[in-house]
Amino acid sequence: MGEAAAVLTMKGICKRFPGVTALDGVDLRLLPGEVHALMGENGAGKSTLIKVLTGVYPADAGTVELGGATVAFGGPLEAQRAGISTVYQEVNLCANLSVAENILLGREPRRRGRIDWKRMRARAAELLSRLELSLDVSAPLSSCSLAVQQMVAIARAIDVDARVLILDEPTSSLDADEVAQLFRVLRRLKEQGIAILFVSHFLDQVYEISDRMTILRNGRLVGEYPTRELSPVRLVAKMIGQELAALERLHGEHKTFDRPLVEARGVGRAGAVEPFTLTVHEGEVVGLAGLLGSGRTEVARLLFGADHASTGEITVGGTPVSLRTPRAAMNHKIAFCSENRKEDGLIPDLTVRENIILALQATRGWTRPVPREQQDELVSRYVEALKISPPNPEQLVRNLSGGNQQKVVLARWLILAPRLLILDEPTRGIDVGAKAEIQRLVAQLSDGGMAVLFISAELEEVLRLSHKVEVLRDRRLVAELPNDDRLTTDVLMETIASGGRA
Amino acid sequence: MSTLTLGRGRVPAKYLPVLVTGCLFVAMFAAGGIRYEGFASGQVVLNVFIDNAFLLVVAIGLTFVILTGGIDLSVGSVVALSTMIAAALMEGPGWPPYLVIPLVLAVGSGLGLVMGYVVHAFDIQPFIVTLAGMFLARGLCYTIGTDSIPIADPAFTVFAQTRIDLFADLWISPSVVIAVVVVLVAAYVLHYTRFGRTVYAAGGNEQSALLMGLPVGRTKIAVYTISGFCSALGGLLLSFYMLSGYGLHAVGMELDAIAAVVIGGTLLTGGSGFLLGTVLGVLVLGLIQTIISFEGTLLSWWTKIFIGMLLFVFIVLQRLFSGGSRR
Ligand SMILES: Nc1ncnc2c1ncn2[C@@H]1O[C@H](COP(=O)(O)OP(=O)(O)OP(=O)(O)O)[C@@H](O)[C@H]1O
Ligand SMILES: [Mg+2]
Repeated sequence: MGEAAAVLTMKGICKRFPGVTALDGVDLRLLPGEVHALMGENGAGKSTLIKVLTGVYPADAGTVELGGATVAFGGPLEAQRAGISTVYQEVNLCANLSVAENILLGREPRRRGRIDWKRMRARAAELLSRLELSLDVSAPLSSCSLAVQQMVAIARAIDVDARVLILDEPTSSLDADEVAQLFRVLRRLKEQGIAILFVSHFLDQVYEISDRMTILRNGRLVGEYPTRELSPVRLVAKMIGQELAALERLHGEHKTFDRPLVEARGVGRAGAVEPFTLTVHEGEVVGLAGLLGSGRTEVARLLFGADHASTGEITVGGTPVSLRTPRAAMNHKIAFCSENRKEDGLIPDLTVRENIILALQATRGWTRPVPREQQDELVSRYVEALKISPPNPEQLVRNLSGGNQQKVVLARWLILAPRLLILDEPTRGIDVGAKAEIQRLVAQLSDGGMAVLFISAELEEVLRLSHKVEVLRDRRLVAELPNDDRLTTDVLMETIASGGRA
Repeated sequence: MSTLTLGRGRVPAKYLPVLVTGCLFVAMFAAGGIRYEGFASGQVVLNVFIDNAFLLVVAIGLTFVILTGGIDLSVGSVVALSTMIAAALMEGPGWPPYLVIPLVLAVGSGLGLVMGYVVHAFDIQPFIVTLAGMFLARGLCYTIGTDSIPIADPAFTVFAQTRIDLFADLWISPSVVIAVVVVLVAAYVLHYTRFGRTVYAAGGNEQSALLMGLPVGRTKIAVYTISGFCSALGGLLLSFYMLSGYGLHAVGMELDAIAAVVIGGTLLTGGSGFLLGTVLGVLVLGLIQTIISFEGTLLSWWTKIFIGMLLFVFIVLQRLFSGGSRR
């Protein structure tokens, strides 16, 4: 076939967890100098396959061959030594250490046996500059945004002399610019003959970067295809096992709303966002667009009382309120679904049901437990609506796949039926099918009178859902655009770049 | 705290707890100097070192363990066992110190190694494993003997009585020199070696450290071994100090050591803290004892009350710091 021999071949991999068969006879081969996409719905088994490959989990059956020799790694360390460098799903770094250490931990530059801190910082800065990122590498990682953390994890992985580079949803928190930069780096690595395995739910990214793809469905292999021979429609069909209904524009039209719910006048916080004025009406979906670090999340945190505003006032339903704590905001029926599910979202050792009920229970106070039947009813409704898999409310959240964990967070806030729901990157890591489902659900709720503040790096998504779009740039609200026919992603892109047409 | 930050410009949040402990030590010393005649001399500080050299060494070993997010409750018992083995071997069969000392250190390290292995391999709570180790080591003391065994070995007595004169009438004991060497070596290891940084990483987020391909298991076993070694060394220093071996030596010392580490600003959850903090923590504890002995009328259990109050204050402070640094 004229193809180079595979660097890595996995054959007949099976992996069973108690109650779940995560992988059942999966094959995968990676060719040198190719980007290989691993595709599948949430819970299809992509991350599990990667973890089996790198020795995090032992395989129940199947063989792994690296460079012709059969291998079975005892853990990430051994896999790394054999030349497999991995960025696992979710940011897996140590927040208590500096950025530089997180990049180079385990292979710090040394001089006569002692760590050379100066060279280490220089090397880390150089690696980050390959990703066009410049930041204080001696700052603790905990002070960095999720996106920067994700870039740091990538910088860590591309430093090693690897034969195989594995990236499990590396772009979930990144913006277009960073993705473009990452892809430039990946292309360079590809030319050096490195085999790259890439996982993403963003189809456009997959089509841009990958040469070949392997599709999984429910832990089984669907097939391996050259990317250019498989159209997106057929790809999705193979992933979900049926045709995806065409994505209709959910709101699209610009409506005028007359019942203001939350009004922020001159609200700002020194160092975070400049004072902005923003009105969210009942039943309105407001999209927040802007580049990374433009202040999207900061706006949301101010409206939720997670940070204190240093200027301005906020009114809810016409009366001025002081949102000094998230609790106060919740008392006004404002809910916030944070982008960082790992840190301030889920409790991994509780079940799906307990995690979903948590916020509702908190608003009622601990002396009035939600009756069990009501819990079961609510939970099973949302497990079904969001297609949480496996559909077992008593499963521990830690055992769910990344995308399914995100759905649990989402369900928790949807269940509250708040008056204003703030969603910060709610569809991060969620597959195409479920994404459409979630968007439809949000639209439905807003038709019922709930206001939604919707933050997403994906402009198409913002446009599909919102009635109006607020554009942020350099921590300043620069434009408010009604979502009419003239508003396209290109216009939005341009506004973000130029700083406003208004 | 804001005044502290103002006074020194911007201090990174991670140094704050150590700074607070340092200031506390200075304040206590100043208060003592104002209140008591003859308190404000360098020798008082040196005496704190002399009297607590063994505790310092033990607390350093424990700092490694706590930095990984673990705990070692066996240190006090291992100290007692070390004094007991040393005394019994020298007094009974008359082994020379150059055989006894390495043996004691090996026994301590070996116990630590086994506990570390159990913690890692069977994934059992360190609290439980080292609690078992604590009973085991204490029990072993009594299989050797139930009474105090005096040590008359000339090398030990010379070591116990030697004074190393510094300038201006100040002096220290050889134990202090050993403790200082241990501090320096440990600080170097924590800051300048891969092993040391892995200790911090494992304490920060063990799961991540594993996925980053760090040798977490090996590191965990190593820290318990180090703690065992330091406990044995502390035991030797204590037997120089006491010139006896006894199964009831160092009862409750694990708690003193934990208190010193916590007061020194190391988080019990792991991943954050400095060795210098532990040194200051030991000094603060020692200074409390000194003040109480200067006071004369106060009973020694006041020491415990002060330590208790300090612990409360520091744990609350830590809570505030870690809450504040997250956002
Ligand atoms: N440690 C575990 N214990 C039990 N079940 C698990 C465990 N890890 C994964 N699973 C299950 O295995 C299946 C595959 O999960 P995996 O994380 O591989 O999905 P994924 O394809 O990576 O999905 P996503 O796109 O959401 O990240 C899921 O049904 C998940 O619930
Ligand atoms: Mg996954």
